[in-house]
Amino acid sequence: MTELEAGRAETLVPVRSGAALQRYRDVLIALVAFAVLASLPLFTGSKALLDFLIRCSAYGLFATSLNLLVGYTGLTSFGHGMFFGLGAYSFGLIMQKLGVPIPVAFVATLAITAVIAAIIGAICVRLKEIYFAFVTLAFQMLIHSTILSWASFTGGDQGLRGGIPRPVFLGINLANHVHLYIASCALLILGLLAMRQIAQSPFGYTLRMIRDNAARASFLGIDVWRAKLTVFVLAALFASMGGMVMALFVSGAYPEFAYWTISGEGIFINMLGGVSTFLGPMVGTVLLLLLNDTVTRFTEYHGIVLGVVILFFALGLRKGLLDFVADWFAHRRETGEGR
Amino acid sequence: MLEIRNLAKSFGGVKATNDVTLDFPDGSLTAVIGPNGAGKSTFFNLITGALRPDSGQVLLDGVDLAGRSPPEIVRHGIGRAFQVASIFKSLTVQETMLAAVSADQRTSAVLHKRFPLPETRDRAEHVMELLGLAGKRNRTAATLSHGDQKLLDIALALVLEPKVLLLDEPTAGMGPEERWRMIDKVRELWDTQKITVVFIEHDMDIVFKIAPKIVVLCYGRILATGTPDEIRNNSAVIEAYLGTEHAGAAA
Repeated sequence: MTELEAGRAETLVPVRSGAALQRYRDVLIALVAFAVLASLPLFTGSKALLDFLIRCSAYGLFATSLNLLVGYTGLTSFGHGMFFGLGAYSFGLIMQKLGVPIPVAFVATLAITAVIAAIIGAICVRLKEIYFAFVTLAFQMLIHSTILSWASFTGGDQGLRGGIPRPVFLGINLANHVHLYIASCALLILGLLAMRQIAQSPFGYTLRMIRDNAARASFLGIDVWRAKLTVFVLAALFASMGGMVMALFVSGAYPEFAYWTISGEGIFINMLGGVSTFLGPMVGTVLLLLLNDTVTRFTEYHGIVLGVVILFFALGLRKGLLDFVADWFAHRRETGEGR
Repeated sequence: MLEIRNLAKSFGGVKATNDVTLDFPDGSLTAVIGPNGAGKSTFFNLITGALRPDSGQVLLDGVDLAGRSPPEIVRHGIGRAFQVASIFKSLTVQETMLAAVSADQRTSAVLHKRFPLPETRDRAEHVMELLGLAGKRNRTAATLSHGDQKLLDIALALVLEPKVLLLDEPTAGMGPEERWRMIDKVRELWDTQKITVVFIEHDMDIVFKIAPKIVVLCYGRILATGTPDEIRNNSAVIEAYLGTEHAGAAA
């Protein structure tokens, strides 16, 4: 949808101002979205709603970063959840063991994630489709078992217990529910804005070329391996941010955060929301969490219900919800122009 | 000047390219012909880095490019188009061109600016005009006709401003009329752009009509090189390749 809009804008105005306008529009949308989210606590005292939105922030960052790999680059990672878990554990451990200010732990966690993602990525991105998927899954299992077996450091299957200390910084007290909520929203919006910039940059179009035809891209002088590694590391950073939001929310970190089912949920979310639009995974996140929360209230067989919904999207619509909406608009515009 | 020196490549026991030595002077137009399996595409793949030669040299203006990677060879100025149009199906014509220019200007890894960069615009525009694709700039590549996809493939090679352009069967899969339009385009590009063009072609009428110089490959070796007249009258070529078909055409 967004690419179609960009194309339309270019025929009306020169490229330079078209690209600049698009950026201003994105920033404006982000500011409005943040203002709306941040003012919510003024209107509602519902702790459940705010909790829901914090979880949406964590999963939304994670799922959107996965879409940079799956939707934009054509790299279907089955192990992206390892960076979610890595973010939660690194952040939690640094806070518990070192007692540094939260921003320091935040940056340190991103640095650790970048190094580990670069090592894992260097091994994985050379592999083609299914081999890439399975080797990323293998690394996920490796990290999960490391967490389980290194109990003296990670707490093993009990997770990081005793809570994560949340000292006040810059007047922000993340132990306060509303503060935590607003900080989560801010991280989500900033993360989305950064990922949107990546997707719409020259590098973003390099990723699309690699997805469509990697061999041709290399005959244009593009170093495919380096571009894939770069996006693998970038996506890991945002997944790690999602993990940190989750760790702050539950004030701990648990092995499930690094289990392969997290990666599976990421793929589910992308299937639900759609991978052809930037906000598809965000829509998918809200859908999946809503489904999860409502269905588990009514039945313990929520897996069956979720499975049926996934099948409906995969076999019925053959695309995610936002893909479907975008196609419908594109179709309507085309027939409208034909008249 | 593109100089090929003793280039060789074997697959198992089969010598796909066998001690090939050729010169392509600057600004020349050369057709490469040969029966199926003669090693024409392999020859192109060796020059462009898609395959690594067993031995020999590929000298472009004196620099040996043999065995280097495709991105490196492209950057030295050898561009290519493919037998089956090799394009980016979800990008529009304009996006394809702009992204290719970005790749050539080494801005394809830029993160902090929006696509497209203003400095990529003129070159993309120029090549779209040149190949008659400007009117279809907002069409997604997958929705283009077969002929336009082939043109887009050539545009992708051309927008990098190569010194040497290799076209692997530019008319493959086209009807008779479309073929001539395409080959006229190729000839026009060669005339106006002053680049070295080498193309593989199956249609003998086309080859004899437009190529000033022809190279005949057979079983990986050079069977003959020369002008259309020389090739037409070369007994080895008639025997090995043109055979009765040519005798019939000449009659």
